[in-house]
Amino acid sequence: MPLTREQVEHIAELAKIALSEGEVELYREQLSAILDHVAALQRLDTEAIAPTARVLEASNVMRPDVAQASLPVEDVLANAPSRRDDAFCVPPVLEEPYEL
Amino acid sequence: MQVHELTIREAQRLLARGEISAVALAEAVIDRIVAADNDVRAYLTLTPELALEQARAADLRRAEARRSGADSLPPLLGIPLAIKDVLCTAGIHTTCGSRILEDFVPPYDATVVARLKDAGCVMLGKTNTDEFAMGSSTENSAYFVTHNPWDLARVPGGSSGGSAAAVAAGEALGALGSDTGGSVRQPAAFCGVVGLKPTYGRVSRYGLVAFASSLDQAGPLTRDVADAALLLGIIAGADAHDSTSAAVEVPDYAAALTGDIRGLRVGVPEEYLVPGMEPGVEAAVRQAVAQLEALGAAVERVSLPHTEYALPVFYLLAPAEASANLARYDGVKYGYSAPAGELWEMYKRTRGEGFGAEVKRRIMLGTYVLSAGYYEAYYLKAQKVRTLIRQDFERALARVDVLVAPTSPTVAFPIGAKSQDPLQMYLSDVLTLSLNLAGLCGISVPCGFSQGLPVGMQILGRAFDEATILRVAHAYEQATPWHTYRPALA
Repeated sequence: MPLTREQVEHIAELAKIALSEGEVELYREQLSAILDHVAALQRLDTEAIAPTARVLEASNVMRPDVAQASLPVEDVLANAPSRRDDAFCVPPVLEEPYEL
Repeated sequence: MQVHELTIREAQRLLARGEISAVALAEAVIDRIVAADNDVRAYLTLTPELALEQARAADLRRAEARRSGADSLPPLLGIPLAIKDVLCTAGIHTTCGSRILEDFVPPYDATVVARLKDAGCVMLGKTNTDEFAMGSSTENSAYFVTHNPWDLARVPGGSSGGSAAAVAAGEALGALGSDTGGSVRQPAAFCGVVGLKPTYGRVSRYGLVAFASSLDQAGPLTRDVADAALLLGIIAGADAHDSTSAAVEVPDYAAALTGDIRGLRVGVPEEYLVPGMEPGVEAAVRQAVAQLEALGAAVERVSLPHTEYALPVFYLLAPAEASANLARYDGVKYGYSAPAGELWEMYKRTRGEGFGAEVKRRIMLGTYVLSAGYYEAYYLKAQKVRTLIRQDFERALARVDVLVAPTSPTVAFPIGAKSQDPLQMYLSDVLTLSLNLAGLCGISVPCGFSQGLPVGMQILGRAFDEATILRVAHAYEQATPWHTYRPALA
């Protein structure tokens, strides 16, 4: 079943991606075609099959809990688009900006 | 033969005998890049000054060892290599072929890069890739298209198209790529070089920028099988920085290259000779299978009955994992950040403007299949069918030692031929995806030509049994001339 424009807009909202009007229509068509193709899986009876999330058998890999140095703060912040002192800077989250 | 056409092992011998210096070797390859890369466009970032500095240091170290009588030198001392631009390189731009990381300079090296450096390699630069390794042609790079050295009007394959083209064109002696659904093997096939996808967990993923974490593995692209064995031996092995890297012993891969495959059982999966396959590809692979038989292998047909479901499973699971992994590109910590007065607006504009069309398509698809109401029908269903695909391989590889198949149903296609139709592009990977879903190892080797373009055969093996696929690939290579052909690039 083809996706609606509203569904595509909802997915974009969840994925936090701003789309143009043209992109909404393009992705509506392309994602619908891909979903149509993957519907082939519904032909298989998988009632008794366990899902595979990963192929390795190991789980909860442990290591000695030894304190070690992290990357220096300057290295971590070197790629920040915007910083203030030792912090990343972002636009206001709340509607009313407030001073610390 | 010209210096830039040497294999890694030939260059090692010349360096060890003092017949060439690391500086002369690096200069020859850099000259080749200058001459060829305007046409091929394999590199996103070139690091010639660093390469020459490392080469000078390599020469000093070798001279020092000669004076002091020490004979243990790192195995890649002075060998010029290229790195796919999805692997982090400390102090060197790592863009993932994306605008969103245009200015990103990693503070650390990927483990595989650190291991190559520790082994003494000379770093030539970073190679082009489909954005975040999502693609099969390198056309999804946000920067430019890489051209196939065998025919500049055609794609080099992808997503490790830059690495494959660089090795084929003599612009590096070897390279690293990454393979999530065929991204090392398919470009290796299209460019007439060797490409190896290690078993999931064989090679550390630390510093390999995540696309689909249950599928991604880095692997070598080289001019012959022995070079692939050499590079794999250096990058393989457990890493404290990646808990999914396996504590499985790394054998001496060079010792596996015996040239003897008598009695080895080779399975040919009937589902891999797909309808619509290019006749020249099918003919070359059938000829190669006959060659393996002539070398003493016992060939039989096997079945991987769920093969047709690999494409839908992959294009549900990989985008789902990608949608989570790429949530980190939020314009806060690194990368592109769109100006906006409010946080949510900043996220949306940053991602809308920073990501290219294919990446947005996959994030959207992955977000959808993980969203409330669709998770079971799509994501969980795909994970269950993944189990069936794994079981197919387990059964087949209980009967035979390796599987052989074409790497791709076609040779390299013309630039632009599939870029408007994502589903057609995805079908280019139809023969490589299953192996990643099963988490096993595979190697693509040149096995002939169709329409004057290279054809690749992939040899697939059991988990952590890279030694056997290398042995088969090497025995085949020694009996055939294909790896000696070079593109007639000006």
